[in-house]
Amino acid sequence: MPEPTKRKFRLSSFPLFLPLVVLLLLVAVNIVSGGFGYFAIELRNGVIYGPIPSVLYGAAELVIITIGMSLVNASSRGQDISVGVIGAVTSAVFAMVLREYLARSPGSAVSWGVVLAAFFISCLTGALLGAFNGTLVSVFKVQPMVATLILFTAGRSLAFLIDGKVSPNLQYPIIKQIGFSLPGIPIQTPILITIACIILFAVVFKLTNLKLYSQAVGINEEAARLNGINPVAVKLTSFIILGVCCSIAGFIAVSKSGRHDSVNILKFIELDAILAVALGGNALGGGKFSVKGAVIGAYTIEILNQTLLRLKVGGEAIKLMKALFIIILMVLASPVVQAYLTKLFTRRTAEETIVPTKEVL
Amino acid sequence: MERRKRRESISNSNLLFLISLVIFVAMYTVGFFRFPTSFRNLQTFVDFFNNNAPLIILTCGMSVVMIGGGIDISVGGVTGLVTMCCAVFLNGRAGSVAGSIFLALGIGLAFGALQGFLVSYLHIQPFIITLAGMFLANGLLTVIHKDPINAALPAFLKLREADIKIQWLGTVNRLGNFIPLRISYCMIIALVVVTVIAVLMKWSRFGRNLYATGGNSQSALMLGINVKRTKFFSYVLCGLLSGVAGYVFIMQTGAGNVGNASGFEMKAIASSIIGGTLLTGGVGNMIGSPIGALSLLVINEIIRSAGINSNYQAIISGLLLCVFIVLQSLVVWIRGKGSPTLPPWLQFKRDSR
Amino acid sequence: MPNDIVLEMRGICKAFPGVRALQDVDFTLRRGEIHALMGENGAGKSTLIKTLTGVYQKDSGQIDIEGRRTAFRSPHEAQANGVGTVYQEIMLCPNLSVAENMFIGREKGVFVSWREMNRRAGIILDGLSIPARPTQQLRSCSLAVQQMIAIARAVDMQCKILILDEPTSSLDEDEVQKLFALMRELKERGVGIIFVTHFLDQVYQVSDRITVLRNGELVGEYEAEKLPQVELVSKMMGKELGDVEKLKNLKEAAEDGGTPVFEAESLSSAAGVRPYDFHIQKGEVNGFTGLLGSGRSESVRAIFAADKVTGGNVRINGKRIRIRKPKDAMKRGIGYLPEDRKGDGLIADLSVRENIVLALQTMHGFFRPFSLKKARAFADEYIALLNIKTPSSDTPVHSLSGGNQQKVILARWLLIHPEYLILDEPTRGIDVGTKVEIQRLVLKLASEGVSVTFISSEIEEMLRTCSRLIVMRDRNIVGELSGEDMTQSKIMHTIAGEVTQNA
Repeated sequence: MPEPTKRKFRLSSFPLFLPLVVLLLLVAVNIVSGGFGYFAIELRNGVIYGPIPSVLYGAAELVIITIGMSLVNASSRGQDISVGVIGAVTSAVFAMVLREYLARSPGSAVSWGVVLAAFFISCLTGALLGAFNGTLVSVFKVQPMVATLILFTAGRSLAFLIDGKVSPNLQYPIIKQIGFSLPGIPIQTPILITIACIILFAVVFKLTNLKLYSQAVGINEEAARLNGINPVAVKLTSFIILGVCCSIAGFIAVSKSGRHDSVNILKFIELDAILAVALGGNALGGGKFSVKGAVIGAYTIEILNQTLLRLKVGGEAIKLMKALFIIILMVLASPVVQAYLTKLFTRRTAEETIVPTKEVL
Repeated sequence: MERRKRRESISNSNLLFLISLVIFVAMYTVGFFRFPTSFRNLQTFVDFFNNNAPLIILTCGMSVVMIGGGIDISVGGVTGLVTMCCAVFLNGRAGSVAGSIFLALGIGLAFGALQGFLVSYLHIQPFIITLAGMFLANGLLTVIHKDPINAALPAFLKLREADIKIQWLGTVNRLGNFIPLRISYCMIIALVVVTVIAVLMKWSRFGRNLYATGGNSQSALMLGINVKRTKFFSYVLCGLLSGVAGYVFIMQTGAGNVGNASGFEMKAIASSIIGGTLLTGGVGNMIGSPIGALSLLVINEIIRSAGINSNYQAIISGLLLCVFIVLQSLVVWIRGKGSPTLPPWLQFKRDSR
Repeated sequence: MPNDIVLEMRGICKAFPGVRALQDVDFTLRRGEIHALMGENGAGKSTLIKTLTGVYQKDSGQIDIEGRRTAFRSPHEAQANGVGTVYQEIMLCPNLSVAENMFIGREKGVFVSWREMNRRAGIILDGLSIPARPTQQLRSCSLAVQQMIAIARAVDMQCKILILDEPTSSLDEDEVQKLFALMRELKERGVGIIFVTHFLDQVYQVSDRITVLRNGELVGEYEAEKLPQVELVSKMMGKELGDVEKLKNLKEAAEDGGTPVFEAESLSSAAGVRPYDFHIQKGEVNGFTGLLGSGRSESVRAIFAADKVTGGNVRINGKRIRIRKPKDAMKRGIGYLPEDRKGDGLIADLSVRENIVLALQTMHGFFRPFSLKKARAFADEYIALLNIKTPSSDTPVHSLSGGNQQKVILARWLLIHPEYLILDEPTRGIDVGTKVEIQRLVLKLASEGVSVTFISSEIEEMLRTCSRLIVMRDRNIVGELSGEDMTQSKIMHTIAGEVTQNA
């Protein structure tokens, strides 16, 4: 029995349209409120400053997490709300490794080797945590948001335990350089790390089939399976990658602030990441995704944050507005509203089966 | 096929409820012997209710929503918001106890209704909407008043102090004074809520419809139940109970505080699950939920008495949650459903072929 | 007698955009009659039922129930007016008790009286000899009993017309008999029953009349006693029995003897495939035929491990191997074009090129993606070969027409140059010209040494291309035909089996 065809009003039909529009809107707001000085760049102590560089600097963690989140979202059709927490735990591990090293050989300087080793271990932790989430999702078929709820609850306490509740001070010269800028390089280090990550992702997508497999699994898992793709492996891999992304983000965050604060580090970044993914034109229901879109979305969110701050909107009120934003986005993406919009825009009424229809809950 | 022809044995929910009861009794016994000072006291047992009435009320509300196949992560945030709003209101010019009660219920209802509408009528995933609701409540909370604020209205303070003392069930404290058993109004409210909800779920049409909806929402629709309306009301009820819990909270602590009730939603979910409410929906009983809450609380109390770092509490809660989620799926799987089934909001959405 | 007629549908027409689902269909149901409604996929059975029960609104025609003109606007309205439906999937709540399932959604009033409900349920269950207790949890009852409870609910709602949609699909023999006993009991009570089913034997066991639909049109209404099984089959397939014309065979005889390319022993799968044996020689084209629901697709899916394989041995070129998942099969040179192209085949949002290249890509490996140039080359080659109409190879595949989508999936499997290719309904939804192309292609592949299993609802196609036919009925293999035996009439006889008279 042929079904009446329905064409959905997909946001993905206009891939980069959404984030660019919002971006331009925000830039416009900034220009209106602050004049063209918004684009000013100055060189201070050999480092580039300015409103735009500060956006690039501030968004570093978010961009990296968002790319990983878009990958997970694509293949697992859900979002990971434990990303901030994973960052907290991995950065706690990082701090702990440094602390242990110094405890064992007091007086020695914190060298690049030590820092990188600690970083590597924290990435391993991130991969492990990602694997935990990934297993629940791919093997136990738990929805990503719920699976990651477990770490979301317990994670910060875990981080607290690891860093010994001491909120350790990490004011070492190397850390400062990572958190801020390396000598002789005008661009701040976090920005460089972000660029490196973006390039790394581009390389991975070029040299492997990860993007193809992830998209296939997200669009039609059964068909992907019948073509020889292993959905479990694909989903697990995406979560592990996200875990590593969170580690990198945690590393940047802890370097920026110079100390590890389990409670506040990367707080609510998951909300921002989900918004950035959606804003980037990626369907929250999984499937095709665009890294470009995700990156633009992340920077847009950061501009939003900084614009609101500049307009003297309080930090908490921002949370409020983002929550509202998410609600509006979800409403617009809901099947009921989508069907309504489709009717409005395509003027074609598909015969709607009243019953039995699968209740989409 | 043969499994189903077995004699009628303990249903899945009852099995899980029994497990939670066993855990509760076991843990309490451990506490009884290991930490006699705390546990060998009837007041301690009663205090579980006195001090944790908000959680018990929230657990009831959460169970209601979960039985219908949904979930509400915003309850902790809403409870916190209610405490702050009531505190501010009570200190304001027009403050009154009656007014504050209405305010509490009103806020709870508003959240419940909004979320219920979005989930039931617009078919949006409950998880993300109530997550946004939680952030919304948290945001509103800090916007309304950032600092802790004590509710100072005399009438309210009187309400706080009121309680029931049972003379003949008292204990002798360390100083040798006889202290009668103290049952606070909070506990009474909690017990009333549990009873009312239990009656509602077992004997009212709404309750039975909700079970049906959670069991198989498509069938429920075919059987003539207005699924959307039923689910909507389950969220409204949960929101209302969040309001009640918020009011009880401020009755206990007397102050509005940014950190109030944070993490309560997780505890409520964990308690419901431990008490035998299946994540899949359609299964759960209202006696099990408070027992589940008590189990959780007893474990936390043991941890506290043992002097273990209180950080472990959150970790243990998370761990328990994880264990019970997996346990539930396995119990259902082994007992003959064929494959681990998941609640509607946990499953992947596929367009039906 | 006119008084006897409880339902009369005349001239029902229903069309959807681009499809005429029902054309001038009549249907009559008498009181106390069990009336089977049969037809292949797309015949219009479910549309007819849905039109009756108010799920769809008919375009034209009339429906009279007990002489009164009716037009239900919703299933609930239908139910309230005496038309009860019991669906294939049991539409009850397994977590509630038996009694609750019988009454929920019907009661008025705020409170529930358990005692009253259990009492009333007990009466109904006894009256219909259903082996269940009112307080029992529904999930603890067997599927057959659950179905009976669903029927009991409908009956208690005073239905005059009871529609049973594929009630026996998941039941075993004993349970089917129990169900039939209940149906006969209801018949005694004067309920008119519409029995929608695929199972040939069952139809004859219990029906009084049979209505056959084909391609949205009424083929005819017959008395079961007077219609031989074989004739029923011919009417369902739209072939005349007497058509013994041997179609021109383009094929060569398959080489016999030698090690089969693929051999399976007692292969069974979780999709309900009972252990069966199968083999195919190099360069042979064989087919699975039978009515819809006879288990053809499930059987071949078991070969590809598309469903979980629960038992059996598999040999490729004589060597014992294990195929646990599709990738294993692909690595051994087996390809599978699924019957449900939308659900199992297409990755809708990806481009034509990505869809074509997918299977070869996964065989090539995770770390070796094809360059864009190479992928384009592959895609273009097959777009030309199969004449796929698409604006470009970058077009998302969901915007292609059904037939072209089918070609894309076919291209995908041809691209991997398999040793053994399984095609499940490869020509469905494709224009006639291309159908012939595909048949020629299959024969060409065979002549190049590729083994092919071909499943189609069109007997001519199978006769033209296959050298051996495996016949299935009601999920069992009932025969194998080759050579001289391969005639339409012989096929239909084999499908129909022994002619069993109505009890």
